[in-house]
Formats: sequence, C-alpha cells, structure tokens
Amino acid sequence: MVVFDKPNALADASMHYCPGCTHGIVHRLVAEVMDELGIEGRTIGIAPVGCSVMAYNYFNCDMIEAAHGRAPAVATGVKRAEPDSIVFTYQGDGDLASIGMAETVHSAARNENITIIFINNAIYGMTGGQMAPTTLPGQVTQTSPYGRDVNHCGFPIKVCEMLSELDGPEYLERVAVNNVKNVKNAKKAIKKAFQNQVDGKGFSLVEVISSCPTNWGMTPKKALEWIDEKMIPYYPLGVYKDRTAAKEETK
Amino acid sequence: MADKVLMKGNEAIAEAAIIAGCKHYFGYPITPQTEIAAYMAKRMPKIGGVFLQAESEIAAINMVYGVAATGHRVMTSSSSPGISLKGEGLSYLAGADLPSLIVNVQRGGPGLGGIQPSQSDYFQATKGGAHGDFHMIVLAPASVQEMADLTVKGFELADKYRMTSMILADGTMGQMMEPVALDYEIAPAPEKPWATVGTKMAREHNIVNSLFLAPEELERVNFERYERYAAIKENETMYEEYMMEDADICVAAFGIAARVAKNAINEARKQGIKVGLIRPITLWPFPEAPFKKAADKVKAVVSVELSMGQMIEDIRLATECKVPVSLCNRAGGMIPSPEQVLEAIKAANNGGAK
Amino acid sequence: MSTTQFLFAGFGGQGILFSGKFLAYKGLMEDKNVSWLPSYGPEMRGGTASCSVIISDTPVGSPIVSNPDVLVAMNLPSLDKYEDSVVPGGTIFIDSTLIERKVKRDDVTVHYIPATGLANENGMPTLANMIIAGKILAAMGEFDEDGINAALGKVISARHADKLGLNLKALNLGKEN
Repeated sequence: MVVFDKPNALADASMHYCPGCTHGIVHRLVAEVMDELGIEGRTIGIAPVGCSVMAYNYFNCDMIEAAHGRAPAVATGVKRAEPDSIVFTYQGDGDLASIGMAETVHSAARNENITIIFINNAIYGMTGGQMAPTTLPGQVTQTSPYGRDVNHCGFPIKVCEMLSELDGPEYLERVAVNNVKNVKNAKKAIKKAFQNQVDGKGFSLVEVISSCPTNWGMTPKKALEWIDEKMIPYYPLGVYKDRTAAKEETK
Repeated sequence: MADKVLMKGNEAIAEAAIIAGCKHYFGYPITPQTEIAAYMAKRMPKIGGVFLQAESEIAAINMVYGVAATGHRVMTSSSSPGISLKGEGLSYLAGADLPSLIVNVQRGGPGLGGIQPSQSDYFQATKGGAHGDFHMIVLAPASVQEMADLTVKGFELADKYRMTSMILADGTMGQMMEPVALDYEIAPAPEKPWATVGTKMAREHNIVNSLFLAPEELERVNFERYERYAAIKENETMYEEYMMEDADICVAAFGIAARVAKNAINEARKQGIKVGLIRPITLWPFPEAPFKKAADKVKAVVSVELSMGQMIEDIRLATECKVPVSLCNRAGGMIPSPEQVLEAIKAANNGGAK
Repeated sequence: MSTTQFLFAGFGGQGILFSGKFLAYKGLMEDKNVSWLPSYGPEMRGGTASCSVIISDTPVGSPIVSNPDVLVAMNLPSLDKYEDSVVPGGTIFIDSTLIERKVKRDDVTVHYIPATGLANENGMPTLANMIIAGKILAAMGEFDEDGINAALGKVISARHADKLGLNLKALNLGKEN
C-alpha cells in the first residue's frame, strides 16, 4: 500500500496558486528532496517576486523573501556567510531571466554553491499574464496581444543553453512537470541539484517547464498538453551541463 | 592607547569595520571610495572573511541583504551614483528590519556628475533614499578618526535597532589622511533569534520578509518601526557645538563643510564677531534640540553645504523660522573656502541674511 | 602656536604624495596635528597632481590648502597655477631642473633646487621629491636625523625597507644643496 504523505519540509498551509498550476507539484518535489536528503534543518530558501513570492509560507525551512530578480545575489550572501547551510532560490522566468538576468549569469559564472529552481511558464503570472522573456514567438499575452512579434521585441531566452556556455556552472538541466514520467525526471534533477550543493560541487540550476492555465487561457489539462505541443519543442528537455558526469566520461 | 597612524578616511572605515566584527564586504568599484574595496580585498582573506566584487551595486546590496538575514555584520560602500542603484536594496533592508552598514563617499551629481567631493545626497540619505516610509541612521564624520569611530558606532546602532546605518562622507573625507587611533572595545553583537540560519529542526522557521499584502498588517509594522525610530531620535542624536555659548551667529555644517567653517569661525572671532558652530554628527536623526535652543539666542543661522542647499530645510524646521537661515554653498564638487564662509558670517551678522 | 600649510604640486608619478606623507608623518611623530589631502581621480594618471599637507600645534580645521605657506612646485604648470596663491612671506621650493623660469613675486622666499638633476646624477631618479623634502626640513630648521628616520620607517613599508638608506641620502642631498 502506498501512503501519500505530505513531505515534512512542506508547510501545512493552503497555497494561493491557481487551480491546475504546477507550482504545487514543484514545491512538493523540492520538499520531498529536502526530506530525503535530511537537510531541512540547515536549508534556507529564497523566494522571488512573482507567483511564488509567498513560497516562504509553504516551506518549513528558514525562508527569505528577496527583491525582484535578486534571489541569486541574496543566496550568494547567505551561502558565503553560512557555508554549511543549503541555500536554494525558487524563481520564475521574469524574475530569473529578465530583471534578474545579471544576478543569474554572474552567480553561475562564480559557480556559487547554490541550487536554483527555475520555473519557466512563458508568462508573468502574478501580474496577470504579461509577456515574459521566455514567451514563445507568436504567443499571445496581455502585453503581446497580437502575439509575440520577434521583430519587435526579440526572441525568447533559452536559459539552460545560454548558461551552458559558461565555464562556471556545475549542473544545468531542463525538465517538465506535465506528466508522470516528466515529474519523476524532474524530481531526479531537483534531487541532484541539491545533492550537488551538499557535495560542494557548485551552481546547479533546474529549469522546470511549467503551466499557467489561468494566463494561458486554457483548461489545466489543455495546458499540460500545450507544454508537449509548444513549449518542449522550443525548450528541449535534457541535461545541458553536468561537469561531474563529463569528467567521469573522459576518465 | 594605541599608537596613532596616518590613514586615509576610506581605509580607516575598512579597518574599523573589521575591528567591529564585519567579516563580509560586497562592493563594486566607483571613485572616490574604491580604497575601501581594495583594503577589504587585501584584508578579508587573511581574517577568514569574505570580500566579493559583485557584478553590480544592485547585486552587492542584495548580497548584503543575504548576509544580514543570517545575522552576521556586513557592509557595502559606494559613491553617489552607486548608492542610487542600491536604493532598492536599502528599502528592502528597511522593510525586512535587517541591520547593515552602508558607506556613501559622496561625489557631485546628479547623473554621472563628477568625482569631486559633494554633500548633495543629504536628501537621499536622510529622507529615506528609496520607496516606502523608512529611515536610515545617517552618520556624518568630519575627520578620519570619526570615519573609524562612526563605523564602529554604525554597526552597533544597526544591530541595536535592526536597521541600516549609513556613513555619509564625501570624497575629501575618504581621500584625506589624518592620525587615527583604532582602539575599541567591541561589545558582543546582540542575539539575533530572527536570523535565517537554518531551523536545526529545533524551532519554527524564521522568515525574513518585507511583503505584507494585508494593509492593516503593513500599517502595523510601519507604526511599530516608527516607534523604534522615535526611540532613536530620543537616544542616539549626536552633534558637536563649537563656541556656541555666546554666539550671535550660528553656522551649521557637517563633514568637510564643518572643517572649513571652523577656520572661518576662528577668523571671525579674531575680528570680533561672536559666531559658533553646530555640527550635526547624526544627520538622521537630525539634532533639532540645539538648533531650537540656538533659535532663541542667535540672530541668524548660516548653513554651509556642498550642495544646492539641503540640510538648510531641516535647520529651518528645527529653528521654526524664528531666525533667518542663509545658505553658503558650493556645488558640483567644489568646496566653499573659509573666506566665502567668513563673508557669509559677516553678512548674517550685519543683518544681510535672507 | 603655529600652523604650516604645504602645497605639493607636480606631475603624477613624481612622488608628490609620498613626500607629503613623509612630512606629515614627521609632524605626527612630533605630536603635531596633521592632515594630508591628495587630489584624486583621472588627473592622477600623468596630469598635474597636488597634495595639501597641514602641520599644526592646534587641531586642523579645513584640510584644504588654498593659500600655502610653503609651495613645492615640481613642474612649470604647477608654478604657473599656484605661484600667486602663496601667502606673502611664504616660501616656494622649485625643482629648477624642470622649471626654467624664476618666481615673479618678490614677497616670498624662493629655493631653487635642481632636484631632478641631482636625483639622476646620484642614481636615485625617483627621489627628486625627497631631495626637495630634505631642503624643506633644512630651511625650516627641522632636519633632525632621529625624527627623519622614525618618519621614514613609517612611510616606507617593510617590504621596501632596503630603500630607506637611499631616501635618507636624498634628504641629505637636499639639505646640502
């Protein structure tokens, strides 16, 4: 018999996320990993500005709310001051890839020994569905009402591909949470990203392709399908960098 | 007593910070305060501390925010344009009630401005400096010794009141060398049960946060914060009075301007003019009491500033417009000469003050 | 009760700041009040550099020297710029290797020292500044070896302790010329 328990690291609070939003899944995966690695008591999480702004209420570890985009800088401060702690940021696409791009790139370049969970749902959810740096070409949002025109506002940013060009980061993987198989892979990736930090390996980022049924204007089920149809073709899943694995291969 | 050594103001700040137990410094190069970063880069690795050159002023202040959340003493330093970039972080530090020390070695502005000394960030420093209702404790050194002393004091006040202390210096103070003695007895920092250092599974989780979506709650934390501010006004205001006992004219100046003013006051006294100086050491809280008292005794106040006139507004409030307050100023990186101040004193003495 | 205000001026790289610091330290070790204020910024990269030093029996007010009692001019632009600012009765020290013209004023004492030439001849090409410092101390009647050694010990880091002798030699050269 499988008993479905709430992970210890997940607070017993009702979340504010919309019906069908995949934030809840990712929160749970992060909490499960904290439990499995036994690190909750020394973990400090950094919440961003965006839909997960109140993530500090949902995890039982110590939590810090950061300014928009600045979570990797805040995490840098925490980790440098408390090197034995486990520090993760939980950021959306606007936070990480737009306003906080400099902090993202430089914390990766420094190979800060932190874990970043990056939720890419191709839209600004919190403010009601505006264009994100990861909004797909042609995708309709409140601020791209005629569809994202790449000639006017440029192309989406592929964060894992971009960061993989840096020498700094230890581990970059893109996963999705739109079906059971993908969720299981996402769990594995998140666990590895935390394990890397426990092992002192350095900057680990997991990009999680997520859905936003509310702002995509879809049913939750349709939104999960849209990930397969539109998102994953543009943002292919997989490992973009794994320094340890690469070293082992060359041995 | 420790031997006096000649130190640059910027270096005195850095060494005093280390003595005060600051083991974490984050910054971004900008003239005229880069000596602080250079000093920290050299010293921090030797004392098991952290110096990190951040990718931007914004990142630096947020690294400060992260360390402050863990309860360790932490600082950053910059000069005017860089402080503007840190504004966001200053507001978040205030909103989350985190202690930290920020140094602004001011240069002329606005915009990119220049690199010569200025006091034109007075408004920015004393009136908040970014969005929301908040204050920083603003300390204005007028000697290299005070650069060091007020750094130590700044850390202590920051911890005591869980807020940001700012050293508001200028390029002259940062670059000049004077004898300085660094012998301090550093009291242990207070317990910080609110710090986010991991629950160790032994307590409820701590949250460092400035988001309060319920207006009633946000109002409550603002009122509570201002009760703390009231206590600071009551207990921590600092100023120096020089020859004010029998003064007919009161000169008001802080930092380098006060040094220049003293020369002018000494000369004016030689010429028989009874003039004194009130030098605010805390710019916030502003020393209202001595100005209020002076307003009943002197016939005019002269505010000497390296700006277009900023502190003068606080002086007018504190003196309740009982006496005329005139401005003697230079701007853009220029410094008033003692002769200019003397002329302003004479004009005020002759009733020529506006 | 006396206060002496020095203004050192020359090209960046002539050691203006160093000799100013040396004199300030010598003052400090005699329990005087001292201040040292450099010009800073891009002008330090090869342009005209200057340095205000005040040595006083009373607390130093403004550290900015605009009317020096003592001007040290180590290049022509510095003399042109600051000659008129010297107080009447003041003293001007001139590196006469680099400045060909004479001081125009007749209300100041002027010392012409071929400092750069002396420095080059004596195998100390970077110490023209200290030759002039030696001349200043001699002219002020403050050339005491103990005080000089103590101050040199402060301004020359342990890493460069081998340079101490050469600096002392430069100061003596200044005294004798």
